[in-house]
Amino acid sequence: MSLPARWATNPVATDAADEIMEIQMGPSHPATHGTIKFNLKLDGERIIDCDVEVGYLHRGFEKMCEQGTWTQCFPFTDRLNYASPSINNVGFALAVEKLLDIEAPERCQYGRVILSELHRIADHLTCLGAAGNELGAVSIMFFMMEAREFIYDIVEAVTGARLTVTWCRIGGLSRDLPVDLNDRVKAAFHHLDGILSDCDRLLSRNRVFIDRMADIGIMPADEAISFGLTGPLLRATGIPYDVRKASPYLVYDRFDFKVPTGTKGDNYDRFNVRFEEMYESKKIVEEALRTLPGGPVIVSDPRIALPPKERVYNSIEGLMNHFKLIMEGIKVPAGEAYHAVEGANGELGFYVVSDGSGRPYRVRVRPPCFLGMAAISGMLKNRMIADIIPTFGMINMIGGECDR
Amino acid sequence: MLLDLLKERFGADLLETISAHGEDTVVVDRDRAIEILARLRDDPQFAFKLLLDVTAVDWIDRNPRFEVVYHLRSITLGLWMRLKIRVAEPNPWVHTAANLWNSADWLERECYDMFGIHFEGHPDLRRILMYDSFEGHPLRKDYPVGRRQPIVPETNPVLKPLRQSR
Repeated sequence: MSLPARWATNPVATDAADEIMEIQMGPSHPATHGTIKFNLKLDGERIIDCDVEVGYLHRGFEKMCEQGTWTQCFPFTDRLNYASPSINNVGFALAVEKLLDIEAPERCQYGRVILSELHRIADHLTCLGAAGNELGAVSIMFFMMEAREFIYDIVEAVTGARLTVTWCRIGGLSRDLPVDLNDRVKAAFHHLDGILSDCDRLLSRNRVFIDRMADIGIMPADEAISFGLTGPLLRATGIPYDVRKASPYLVYDRFDFKVPTGTKGDNYDRFNVRFEEMYESKKIVEEALRTLPGGPVIVSDPRIALPPKERVYNSIEGLMNHFKLIMEGIKVPAGEAYHAVEGANGELGFYVVSDGSGRPYRVRVRPPCFLGMAAISGMLKNRMIADIIPTFGMINMIGGECDR
Repeated sequence: MLLDLLKERFGADLLETISAHGEDTVVVDRDRAIEILARLRDDPQFAFKLLLDVTAVDWIDRNPRFEVVYHLRSITLGLWMRLKIRVAEPNPWVHTAANLWNSADWLERECYDMFGIHFEGHPDLRRILMYDSFEGHPLRKDYPVGRRQPIVPETNPVLKPLRQSR
């Protein structure tokens, strides 16, 4: 790929001592989890300029979505941020439901909140575990992966899949929550508590860890906003912007949770914000399970929800209904809508445009970590080359979402 | 309510205003867009400090063919809005917003890459997700979905194995 135009104007050094070294870090670098390339200009170990190349994992998500029915987009959304797939599912479902002017039943909304928050915990565990691993704290990785397994076990019990859940449907959920969900969550959270306090003790006062994280990758609040940063990256600068609070969706306004913020906007703040958020998510899940209402999990409108299998196999009306919905798709009225959810890395927005046929005319994702990667060169300028690793880790680029 | 305020403030600059699904949309002219965006960002009554997204929609049967869509959010006032610019072929272009928001830099590069919309005055308008030698703009509706442009020539590993088995 070509390099930025501004690089061509830099003079070539004649003296070896002030020679500027150009080095390409990536696309397959063992310390960057994700296929990404940093084109670096180095003065010794100091980074003078950093040009980030993304797109190695581009699969044409938005083009693929235009080919099938609205419901067929769900498996694609799973593969955006694969560390927290149900948040993507929920975001897409809510955007389409906005166009359809429908609201999912209450039990479904609670279920979506529960799974979203469980996946937020899983996503943060992945991010923080990997960050610890890259800074030499390999045990943190193992601890947090173990904790993530407990979350994944719940996800598997609820959705039938561990990673690509495809659990949401337009207007509801594909299946009801399992009856023993409460016990499963209780058991998993018991393990999670132990692991989190272990990790807290291992890292929070760990000199090596703090030296690598604190005051590294600083981005002040106004600059962070200008770069379009949201989520933990923005909250680390002290701005309590959280989509769940700013424009509450689902039933988030019924739960009592705090929005953790940092002060400086460095990597350590980002780490702490994510760590605190896991406790808040836990609180939300526990409260949601306490107040979980009964009832259906999908709307009863036959133009939107698939009929139950007994009707499909035993009546011609059910069979026709099923056939029409599968082959032609849900007829979403023409128009456009944007719906944002609080993804694990920031505001995850879905902009959907319909032309009134059964297929999406345009599906656009606002990927939070794409903008994080746009901001990384500003965070790294004049820092050491070793600072790339914790900063990149705290941006938590997920290739599937960044490159789509 | 936001739409009333926008109408009052920008009046004739708004070519069209749409309010649907609780979302306010304004359509503006290409030449006025950057000034309007700057005022939306700096006016304390709007304070749209966060440029969420820059993208486009290809309405292949319409004229003008493209809609460039900006999504803005005001964190302090809790507002959200959409701004659109309609641009026609050939050579669809708009002015860049990269001088107003840093986030516009990459978002506009992506929009250029996917739709071939030129952002006049952009400091560094290169492809971002696709590679340099890629031909065409994949999210245009006339880009065939099955077209393949491999960087390395594709071979069938069954008919032509890379290494002969011993």
